[in-house]
Amino acid sequence: MSVIFILVGASLLIAIGFLIAFLWSVKTNQFEDDYTPSVRILFDNDIKQKTTKDHKPEN
Amino acid sequence: MIKEFKVTICYHCGETCDNKNIHIEEKVFCCQGCKTVYEIINKVELCNYYDINANPGLNQKIKNRPDKFAFLEDEKTQEKLIHFKDKNQSHVTFYLPQMHCSSCIWLLENLSKLDKGIIRSQVNFLKKEVSVIFEHKSVSLRKITELLSDIGYEPHFSLNSISTQKIKTYDKSRIYKIGITGFCFANIMMLSFPDYFSLGNIEEKGLKHLFSYLCLGLSLPVFFYGASEFFISAWKSVKQRFLNIDAPIALAILITFIRSLYEILSGTGAGYLDSMSGIVFFMLVGRFFQNKTYNTLTFNRDYTSYFPLGVTLINEKGKEIQIPISDLKTGHRIKVYNEEIIPADCILFLGKAQIDYSFVSGEAVPIEKGIGEIVYAGGKQTGGALELEVIKEVSQSYLTQLWNNDAFKKDEEKNTSYIHKLSRYFTIILFAIAAISATYWYINDSTRLWNAVTAILIVACPCALLLSATFTNGNMLRVLQKFGFYARNAGVIEQLSNTDAIVFDKTGTITLQNGASVIYEGEAMNDLTKQMIRHLAKQSSHPLSRAIVNSLPEGDRLSIKSYNEVKGLGIRGTINGCEVSMGSNAFVNNQCVIENAGGSRVYVKINDKIIGYFKIENLYRPGLKNVFDQLQKKYKLSLLSGDNDSERNNLMRFFNSDMLFNQTPQNKLEYIKKLQKSGKRLIMVGDGLNDAGALKQSSVGIAITDNINNFSPACDVIMEGKSFYNLAFLLDYCKKTKSIINTSFVLSILYNIVGLYFAVQGQLQPVIAAILMPVSSISIILLTTGLSSILSYKLKINTSKFGETHKTDINHTLS
Repeated sequence: MSVIFILVGASLLIAIGFLIAFLWSVKTNQFEDDYTPSVRILFDNDIKQKTTKDHKPEN
Repeated sequence: MIKEFKVTICYHCGETCDNKNIHIEEKVFCCQGCKTVYEIINKVELCNYYDINANPGLNQKIKNRPDKFAFLEDEKTQEKLIHFKDKNQSHVTFYLPQMHCSSCIWLLENLSKLDKGIIRSQVNFLKKEVSVIFEHKSVSLRKITELLSDIGYEPHFSLNSISTQKIKTYDKSRIYKIGITGFCFANIMMLSFPDYFSLGNIEEKGLKHLFSYLCLGLSLPVFFYGASEFFISAWKSVKQRFLNIDAPIALAILITFIRSLYEILSGTGAGYLDSMSGIVFFMLVGRFFQNKTYNTLTFNRDYTSYFPLGVTLINEKGKEIQIPISDLKTGHRIKVYNEEIIPADCILFLGKAQIDYSFVSGEAVPIEKGIGEIVYAGGKQTGGALELEVIKEVSQSYLTQLWNNDAFKKDEEKNTSYIHKLSRYFTIILFAIAAISATYWYINDSTRLWNAVTAILIVACPCALLLSATFTNGNMLRVLQKFGFYARNAGVIEQLSNTDAIVFDKTGTITLQNGASVIYEGEAMNDLTKQMIRHLAKQSSHPLSRAIVNSLPEGDRLSIKSYNEVKGLGIRGTINGCEVSMGSNAFVNNQCVIENAGGSRVYVKINDKIIGYFKIENLYRPGLKNVFDQLQKKYKLSLLSGDNDSERNNLMRFFNSDMLFNQTPQNKLEYIKKLQKSGKRLIMVGDGLNDAGALKQSSVGIAITDNINNFSPACDVIMEGKSFYNLAFLLDYCKKTKSIINTSFVLSILYNIVGLYFAVQGQLQPVIAAILMPVSSISIILLTTGLSSILSYKLKINTSKFGETHKTDINHTLS
């Protein structure tokens, strides 16, 4: 049964790890803006390629 | 196909182009300004901007004067705006109210391509902010501002942005508390399970000790950190000799902790630490839910948000320099350009003042002021530049004095909440039960006295009552938000449900902000006639002339000879050899016929023949009549307007109670006070600074705005103009929250009775408390959210039915 002592300690350590991760994410403003990143990730990095396409007439 | 339409829209801003003269290759622009923006963007190959969304830009017809941002050169102003600065870099955050789509985000995050001095820029779309990191050696704050303004995103600076600390959008400490308490609660729960399953007989003594001491350790942050706000609030209420709901809660937490501490240390039991931390956790979540405000909205604006940051000062040598508004002193000579706000009470020195006070007084017609007259702060100059001499400092001016009124000094808490009253009865009954069982056990079996009394106080915690209120109101907030009704916090909803009178402002509140309905009646006009009328009307800044100008299409330039304006009557001029006059019937006929047909008529005479008249009426918000009809059943309505009473007859159609015209901001405030003295709890619905006092004084102030990012005065609710027709439904909905709270209150009483049944016998096992607590909390959360969702579903059906009938109504008004 004494293995439970270790298991309880380990489980607490893991939980504390997650708690710290949560506190850190709040502290670094990761919950400040929950909209812009969702748009930002969809932007293309390659601008030049896009612009050449842009100069062609549409349709 | 879209191309078959003859209408050409501007490639940049999407507005219809009057001609196709301004273009680059096949891309047509409506004005030179839009073309310039395109050129800037095209030069650095950022045309992706136009790919993400079609016509994402903003109209650039109005150009800024070159020195508009010169005040940013001032060191002190810079210091206040830049929030971080080291040897090379500066960090600054701009507020750009024009931001509206993903193209904006894309362009603004690529600012570094437009100027090498900009290192990085990051957008927060919800707050409409862009934070820019730049090298201050190669680019100045002013230059960045001008760059932003050149590409169509003119940053908004106001006195408010530098004079006060930035308001934090949400309270981080509360989130920390929830996180830590939640962590402790979950772990205590987990560590308590073995004890419950073996029903208190864990084989190994060591394990049992480990579990209970770990629980105790984990409960410390809950007790000292998580629950601290309940203790503080309870202590305050005890000091004020008023029992709020936090007092019995704090007592329950305290007793639970002490008893658990005693049981664990003496080895007599496991304590109720899991129940205690659960209660604290759920209540913290409830409070967070209830007080969650909107990132993008500000409810506490005062005059400082309206005033500009910089003022153009004319120094002794006659040179124009830019100074921050805070440095403005009595006796200074200042210059105010077209569309700028007058920052302080002044005497007019030079120029023709046409001051638009609609913002301050609600009066739609600009007021003309002659040289030597006093011009009050807050008005907006329309027309040429003015030279003024400051006679009062900014904080002492007529407008800002409104904020010195008592209404702005009073405490934020307007009324004590309904649940606080309920909780008082609750506490009294609770103590009565505790006292009765204490006497019973004292007589019969005094060993169980301690157990029974503490158990009663532990189990009968009014937290379920608190939870029902916080979760119902919090949920309501979210539902109302979908209908364009943004309440400052959940308390506002409760306030709304207690009101019995509504006072409306007129201009901008029940009328549409962009204009009037202009209907022409008379002989058919050809294009040339329309242009002649338009050009003549354009010469005048009278609102009726402006309404006519807006109603007619733009065309070729015509020249006007011998123009003259007779104030308050009409205008006259010779165009294309025709003599055209417009104005009142008397003016064009040279007669004295006074007529009052509701609204205003402008007659047009060309070469001695009256060809017809323009009928100009205020355009009321669609559905206004229905809103009034519905509200009149339940509320006493009244209408206050800063404008004159020319619309009285028109309003009679909708409205048959009190109507007061020519009301100053102070009058409005007094009117509200008068009604309040007669025992009314009222809602003020307004839109401008002129209503600020009334909005603050009333129980609930609702500010109507056509764009929620525009500036609305201090209020409790910001409501979108386009959902105005729902107002009656929304208020009704708020009233129903009370019944939801009552229902869940009954449920929580039932749980309490079950708990008390065990507690009075002194038999409350930790496991019973541990089951009862989460079950009651969760079932109450489910009940309140469920009931309010059903209500919101009904609301949606009602409003959409209503909206359908309105669409035809709207089309009717517009055509």
